[in-house]
Amino acid sequence: MRYLDKEAIEHIAIGAAFLGTGGGGDPYIGKLMALSAIEKNGPVKLYSVDEIDDEDFFIPAAMMGAPSVLVEKFPRGDEFVKVFQKLAKYLGKEKITGTYPMEAGGVNSMIPIVVAAQLGIPLIDCDGMGRAFPELQMVTFHLDGVSATPMAITDEKGNIGIIETIDNKWTERIARAATVEMGASSLVSLYPTTGAQIKKSGVHHIITLSEKIGEIISSKDKDANGKLQELLRLVSGYELFQGKIIDVIRETKGGFNLGKMNLEGIEENKDENMKVHFQNENLIAEKNDQVVGMTPDLICLVDYETLLPVTTESLKYGKRVRVIGLPAHEKWRTEKGIETAGPKYFGYDYDYVPIEEMVKKVVVKHV
Amino acid sequence: MYKIGIDVGGTNTDAIILDKNSKLIHSVKSPTSLNIKTGIENALRDLLIEADIDKSKITHAMLGTTQCTNAIVERKKLAKVGVIRLGYPATASVLPYTAWPKDMIEKLSGNYALVHGGYEYDGQLLGELDEEEIRTLLEDWQDKVESIAIVGVFSSIKNDQELKVRDLIQEAYGEEFPISCSSLIGSVGLIERENATILNAALCRVIEITTKGFVHALEEEGIFDADVYLCQNDGTLMSIEYAKQFPILTIACGPTNSIRGASYLAKIKNTMVLDVGGTTSDIGVLQDGFPRESSVAVEVGDIRTNFRMPDIISVGLGGGSIVRVNNGKITVGPDSVGYRIGQEALVFGGKTLTTTDIAVRLGFADVGDKSLVAHIDEEFAKDVLFEISSLIEQAIDKMKTSSEDVQLVLVGGGSIIVPDKIRGVSNSIKTENGGVANAIGASISQISGQYEQIYIYSRESREDSLKDAQDKAVKQAILAGAVSDTIELVEVEETPLAYHPENATRLRVKVVGEMG
Repeated sequence: MRYLDKEAIEHIAIGAAFLGTGGGGDPYIGKLMALSAIEKNGPVKLYSVDEIDDEDFFIPAAMMGAPSVLVEKFPRGDEFVKVFQKLAKYLGKEKITGTYPMEAGGVNSMIPIVVAAQLGIPLIDCDGMGRAFPELQMVTFHLDGVSATPMAITDEKGNIGIIETIDNKWTERIARAATVEMGASSLVSLYPTTGAQIKKSGVHHIITLSEKIGEIISSKDKDANGKLQELLRLVSGYELFQGKIIDVIRETKGGFNLGKMNLEGIEENKDENMKVHFQNENLIAEKNDQVVGMTPDLICLVDYETLLPVTTESLKYGKRVRVIGLPAHEKWRTEKGIETAGPKYFGYDYDYVPIEEMVKKVVVKHV
Repeated sequence: MYKIGIDVGGTNTDAIILDKNSKLIHSVKSPTSLNIKTGIENALRDLLIEADIDKSKITHAMLGTTQCTNAIVERKKLAKVGVIRLGYPATASVLPYTAWPKDMIEKLSGNYALVHGGYEYDGQLLGELDEEEIRTLLEDWQDKVESIAIVGVFSSIKNDQELKVRDLIQEAYGEEFPISCSSLIGSVGLIERENATILNAALCRVIEITTKGFVHALEEEGIFDADVYLCQNDGTLMSIEYAKQFPILTIACGPTNSIRGASYLAKIKNTMVLDVGGTTSDIGVLQDGFPRESSVAVEVGDIRTNFRMPDIISVGLGGGSIVRVNNGKITVGPDSVGYRIGQEALVFGGKTLTTTDIAVRLGFADVGDKSLVAHIDEEFAKDVLFEISSLIEQAIDKMKTSSEDVQLVLVGGGSIIVPDKIRGVSNSIKTENGGVANAIGASISQISGQYEQIYIYSRESREDSLKDAQDKAVKQAILAGAVSDTIELVEVEETPLAYHPENATRLRVKVVGEMG
C-alpha cells in the first residue's frame, strides 16, 4: 500500500493519456477534479492486486460520453458517491472494499481517484483494458465472461438508474442511449467484481505503469531521445515513425469520431509517409502503405519534442509527432480479445498480426 | 489625411506617421517609460516635431500596447472580480480559480458563486436561471467587486442567460459597471474560457487608464478629431468602446503587429516572418494577410486560457546572444547581453562574444569595428554560424504546414545575424524600415468580427448555419468600428464534435472591414 499525492496524480494523468492511444479524453478536467478531491479529503491509498482478498468486493467508476462535453459540463461532484451507494444497495453489499479505473485514459484514470478520495476507500492498481477503447464490452472482464451489469448510471441533475441487460453489448447500447439523453455525459459503475475476479481478469499494475510513464515524460534532466529510449524499454514498445501531420480527415458517425491522419516523415523517416486511422482511439498505422500496427495493440502519438501524449481531438496540421507502437495485454491477443477489439470489429479487413512480428517483417523487407 | 501608429513595447515605444497611401512619412523610437502616458507623449511629440505635418489632417490614431499583459504578469492595477458561473448543480467538482497562482487569486479577491443555469451540448436547458438568486448575490457583492465575469455552461451554443445576468447586474450596479460575458471571449472548454473571462474582467481598470492616457496624449498635441483605435492580437483594430469590453484581446498584439507590418513592407500576404530582437526572436505565419491563430490552450501569466491568440513561437536567439564553448561544444544563447550590446559586444570594444560579432567576422553584417573581431578563427565562426542557422531552421520547420520551402521576411534590429541561406527557406527578404514594423502593422489594420457556436446541421442546414454565424460576426465587426458595406468573410473553421448523434459541428467565422 502507498499513498497517491498531487505529484503522483500529475504523472498518472500524463501516463494514462499516453496509454489512451489518442482517446480517453484530455486529462485536464479529470486532473483538476482529482486534485480538488485530494485537497479536500487527503491523499488516496493505492493497493496492489496482491494486497486484496479474494472475497473482497470492488466496483469500478468511470465517465461515459463525449470528451468534448466533459470540458464544458463536468460533474457536480457527489454523483460518484451516489452511483456507488445505489449499486451497493442493489447488490445488497454493505461494504465496498475499493475501486479501480475501467480504462487507462486521460479522464477515466482520474475519476476513480475522485471516488476513492470522497469515499475514503482505496484504489486498486489495475484496470479493465490496459489502454482506452470506445465501447463498454471492450473490457478484459468481458473476455472472461464477467457481466457488466447490474450497472448504475447517473448524471449531475440527479437522475439515476440501475440497468440489467442480457449481454454486455446490450449494456453498451442502452447505456450509450441513456448517456446521450443525460446530456452526452454520465457517471457509471459497472462490472462489480470480487478480489478473485480482479486477480484473474484485470490488467494489473496499470496505475503504477501510468505513473512511471508520466514520470519519464515529465522528467527534466533528459532530452527527447533519452526519454524515449527509457519509455520504450519500460513498455516494450517501438518507435514506428517520426513525422509531421499534413492532413486530418474527420467525420462523425454513429456517435463516434472517425478519421484518418496523414503524416509526412521527418528526421529518420524523411521521404516516407504514415497513415493512422482512428475511432476516438488510434486503430491502424500504415507506413508507406504497409500496416505496421493494429488494434488491439496500442498506437500512441506523442509530441516530437516533449513526448506529451497527443489526443485525436487535438490533431492539427503541422504538428510534429512520434508514433509509438506497444503490444497489447496478452488478454487482448486471445481469440475472444481479437474478436472483441481487433481490426475486423472496427471494420478493417485485416487479420491481426502482433506488432513485434510486423515490426520485424518491415525491418527484414527494408534490408 | 494622415494616420499615426504607436506601439508601446517592453523596451521601446515606436511611433510612425503614414500618409493617405499608407506610405511611411516618418518614424521615431524612444524608450518606454514607467508611466505609459509620458512615454506615449514623448514619442508623439518627437514624431510631430520631426515630421512637421499639418496636425489637423490626422484622421486616425492607433495604439498597440503591452499594458494588459504587463498588468497580469506583474499583478498590478487589477480589479476585484466577482465570478458568476451558471451551471449548478453541474460543474461543482471543479470550482472557479482552481489551479490559479495564489497571489493572483488574492489580487482579484477570489469572489465567486455557482448559480443555477446553463445549457446542454444540444441547446436544451441544463438549468433554469433564477433571477432572485442573482439579485441576492449582487446585494451581497455590493462594494466587494469592481467587475464581474459571467460564465455559462455551453454558452457558446446559447448565450441568452449570460446576457440576462448582464442586464440584472446593470440594473443593480448601473450601466457603467464593467461586465465580461464568456460567450463573447473564449471558445468551448469551460475552465479555460472562465479563466480568460476572469482575466478580461480584471483588466477593466488597466484598459481605462491606458485608453484615457492615449486620448489625453493626443489632445495635448492638439489632435482632437482623429478616430482612436487599439490593436488586437489578430491583426485588426478595435474602437476604444470595444477595447473597454475586451481588453484581453490586446494581449500579444505586439508580435502580431510586427508580422503584419513585415508583410506590408515586403508586400506579401502569405509568408513566414522572423522578427529578431536583442535576446529572442518571434516567428509567426501570415495567411491572407492575417496571423495564423494558435489552436492549443495558451497560458497567460500561468493561467490556462482559450481566447484567440496568434500562433507565435519564440526562440532564445537574438543579436546579443552570447556565444560560448563548453567541452568543445558551441552554444548560442539563450542568454544575451541585451540592451548592453553597444558596450559588451567585441565589435563595440566589449569583452563578450555575441552573435553580432560572428556576423561581422563573416562579413554579412557591418556594424562596429570589424578589426576587433579579425582574430576570430574563420572555421570557428562558421561553426557558430551553423549553430545559429540550425536554431532558426528548427523553429521555422515547427511553424511549417508542409515540407515545401517557405518565403521568409526578416525584421527587427537583430536580423543582421541571420545568414542569407537557410535550409527550408526559398528566399528571405530584408525590408527597409523593418525596425518599426510593429508600429506600421498597428496603423495599417482593418477591423474584424468573429463568432463561434455549435450548430446541429441535421436541424439547421449547413448553409443557414454559416449565414447565421456570419451575420453575428458582422454585428461584432460593426460594434468594433467597421463600416458595414466593406465587411467581407475571411475565415471559416468547422470542427465536428465526437460522440454527438446528430452531426453537431463547432463553426467559427471571421469577417473584416475597413475602419470608419
